[in-house]
Amino acid sequence: MWKVTRDLFKYDGRFRIATVFLLAVLILAILSAVSPYDPGKTFKVPQDLPPSWGHPFGTSSRGQDVFWWMTFAVRNSLFLGLVTAAVSRLIAIFVGLTAGYRGGLVDRVLMSINDSFVVMPVLPILILLSFLLRGQLSLLMLAFIMGLFGWPWDARLIRAQVLSLKERAFTRTAVYSGTGSLKITLDEHLPFVLPVVFATTVNNMLWSIGMEVTLSVLGLSNVTLATIGTTIFWANQHQALVAGVWWWLAAPVIIAIILFLGLYLLFSSVNEYIDPRTRLRLIGG
Amino acid sequence: MRNFLLRYLIPRLGQYFMVIFLGVTLTFIIPRLSPNDPVERQINQMTMSGAHVNPEAVMHLREALTEMYGLRGSPFQQYLAYWGRLLRGDLGPSLSTFPTPVMDLIAGALPWTIGLLLTAVLISWFVGNLFGALASYYPDNPLMRLIDVASQAVRPIPYYVMALVMLILFAYIVPIFPFSGAYPVGTRVQLTPQFILTVLKHSALPALSLVVIGMGSWFIGMKSLTSNIISEDYVVYAENAGLSERKILFSYIIRNALLPQITGLALQLGLIFNGALIMEVVFGYPGMGMLTLQAVMANDYSLIMGIAIFSIIGVATSVLILDLIYPLFDPRVRHQ
Repeated sequence: MWKVTRDLFKYDGRFRIATVFLLAVLILAILSAVSPYDPGKTFKVPQDLPPSWGHPFGTSSRGQDVFWWMTFAVRNSLFLGLVTAAVSRLIAIFVGLTAGYRGGLVDRVLMSINDSFVVMPVLPILILLSFLLRGQLSLLMLAFIMGLFGWPWDARLIRAQVLSLKERAFTRTAVYSGTGSLKITLDEHLPFVLPVVFATTVNNMLWSIGMEVTLSVLGLSNVTLATIGTTIFWANQHQALVAGVWWWLAAPVIIAIILFLGLYLLFSSVNEYIDPRTRLRLIGG
Repeated sequence: MRNFLLRYLIPRLGQYFMVIFLGVTLTFIIPRLSPNDPVERQINQMTMSGAHVNPEAVMHLREALTEMYGLRGSPFQQYLAYWGRLLRGDLGPSLSTFPTPVMDLIAGALPWTIGLLLTAVLISWFVGNLFGALASYYPDNPLMRLIDVASQAVRPIPYYVMALVMLILFAYIVPIFPFSGAYPVGTRVQLTPQFILTVLKHSALPALSLVVIGMGSWFIGMKSLTSNIISEDYVVYAENAGLSERKILFSYIIRNALLPQITGLALQLGLIFNGALIMEVVFGYPGMGMLTLQAVMANDYSLIMGIAIFSIIGVATSVLILDLIYPLFDPRVRHQ
């Protein structure tokens, strides 16, 4: 693991940029632990101050320090992304492994449900859901619900991998020596699938954090909680641009771009690393 | 022909009905799992607005709302009735603009969304694929390298943030485009050349941002597809035979990478639709996205419900249409 990381760092510029970006965002999130202000409290600092040494990202029209508020926002958004990824990974791994290994009718039924979820526009359904639960939707629950919708692309990828693993000699050896199918899928197939799972985890986080931004901007999430989306919501609510308080909107937008670029570059770098052909090309083989 | 029907058409139609069945069932189940009773909520909202309402009227209202939401009878009966109303194209009246049917509101918003989305999707698909192929055929071209870097940078950013950035750049800092809407406030919707021109001018920025974001993924997809094809034997052979570069590019390289990109379009349509909804909210464009925002603002439950169902059916139908024209491009399906 350490060696892989070191190699990627050495040979892949994208991985280097991703590390720097993600570290920056991570440090910001960790700083939330030492924040002098409580994100739930408003009017603790003078309103609408432009960025300065005392307030690096300025202060908002709600009397909050944007820098320290953003530390909480980033922390919560990352938390949401990780939980969503975990939930949807579990479903994707289960569906992918089962459909791939079992084949036949099980495969066809699972894949047709899978494909329906791929095609379905999730946003209107999420809007309906969060509209009905408005005010009661905790971040954890939102993450959970998004996890229920975020698995189908990746389940298909995992299934495709298992389909080829199933034909390999070691699977047949395991079957002939009497290993149960559960043990084969978990012990023999899962390790092969894990790199793909990692790459898609990052991609899934991109999706869920972006989705949260969308729902928050519509005012459909718990807007009292700091996230990247709710920051934009409050800035819009106070017409930050019209009022000239541009730093209130610039902070979440710039941090979002850094976070998303970091995650995406990590995804594409790891994704290429998994594919041996591109790995050879990278080191000039 | 029979084979084509059995192997291609029937599974596609089956998938189509599966999507609609799952989607409609989800929209049926979700409100019933919610701890909030939509009827009580609606009544609370009405009585909270201050006017004195006598208890008898509330009883009547409760009856009427229960009827309207289809909450009478056992869950299974409700479910059947739900389908019955849908099949008749009845999504109930909107609550915020009572008694305008939800169907009418959607019919008013839909053409805007379809117009914007269709143009943007077609342009981004064509341009993205063309540039993607060019980039892998001419890997040293500086312009293609620039587009490559830009696509990689733009692709992961969520639609909302990207649209906001473009709005700030091109309507606020450098005011080339109008700030919001599809036409100036107060203009009547009509089919004169002048009106169409204003609409085009107003639609340019939303369409452009959809194209910029959409193009990236087609570019990257096409580039990686064609990067394998350019070293195939038949391409090398065509080069040695002295065919023109244009001929090689279009008939040998792009043609062979096109099919996965058409399938990709069908698969991404749901995501693109999501993006278009957000885009409209940012740009104040009077389509389905704006309608959603209005519904959320006005607490219009039946309108949100209608939009959710209609979006699922709409996207599923577009995917089906794409699937049906796919054989035109794929000789293997045609000659099975």
